[in-house]
Amino acid sequence: MTVKVHFEDVEVGDEMPVWSRTTNFMHWNRYAAVNDEFVPFHMDDEDGRKAGNAQGAFGMGNLRYAYLVNALTDWIGDEAEIREIGCQYRAINQKNDTLSVVGKVVEKGVVDGENQVRLDINVTNQNGEATCPGHAVVVLPNRA
Amino acid sequence: MATGVDTLISPAMEEAKGRWSEPRASPPIALSDIRKWAIATYWPQTPPAIYWDEAYAKTTRWGGVIAPRDFNPFAWPVQRLRPPAAAAPVEGVRLTGINGGQTDSYGVPQRPGDVISARQRLKDFNERQGRFGLMLYTYNEIEWTNQNGAFVRRRIATGIRY
Repeated sequence: MTVKVHFEDVEVGDEMPVWSRTTNFMHWNRYAAVNDEFVPFHMDDEDGRKAGNAQGAFGMGNLRYAYLVNALTDWIGDEAEIREIGCQYRAINQKNDTLSVVGKVVEKGVVDGENQVRLDINVTNQNGEATCPGHAVVVLPNRA
Repeated sequence: MATGVDTLISPAMEEAKGRWSEPRASPPIALSDIRKWAIATYWPQTPPAIYWDEAYAKTTRWGGVIAPRDFNPFAWPVQRLRPPAAAAPVEGVRLTGINGGQTDSYGVPQRPGDVISARQRLKDFNERQGRFGLMLYTYNEIEWTNQNGAFVRRRIATGIRY
């Protein structure tokens, strides 16, 4: 049993650990394989350019969402759970971008009997560009 | 890019707004589906044991392997369903579609053996001029429950077409 963070230990303003990936076709093709997401502009540079991205093929929004899930899960551990995630895909995930999931606690409280912690979250790239702003709500266990 | 039209919103979209679809069921979730999903989304890092190690997972509050929150049990259908015609934008315009984002609320986790039931509706839509010309924003609501009727996930997905 792994409790990584207790409700009592989290304060507004805390930042969760940064979770990063440098992505390219090796990551996108694996994700396409499990999610059956073989959309041409994720697979082929010419199709990416036809879709309006001069640099060619680009990464899936759904994979960035998975990175948000993974970052939150790795932070809170297996005894906690994610209650909500919302995000917008504002910038394209270009080939070989280094994506970093970041999050800061903005609110905490007991809601419907649950220890809920709300965070502002984002996926930034190596240029500091915010590619995926959003929010998350996680439910944390009490310190016994 | 939409050219030569004043709107991308069709009468059929207006008619479909707010109407829930008939539910559809996923194939039973397999342990190997969850393991492969976790490997792909954590690549090249080894994914957490809760997604593939039953012995470890039994020691957690969940009592067994669970799926990552973003796991899609509807991937790889044998027969692809065509999008409901009622939700199609105006005819005669070739559009590019992109994923604008989503808000997901989660209930119970998905587990091996679960069969997920989904229903969806076109919740709302609007259009405006953007960097690719006339752009259509649609908001689809997708609700998942498991074989016991327990709430699994509600997604409000933003689709953008131009």
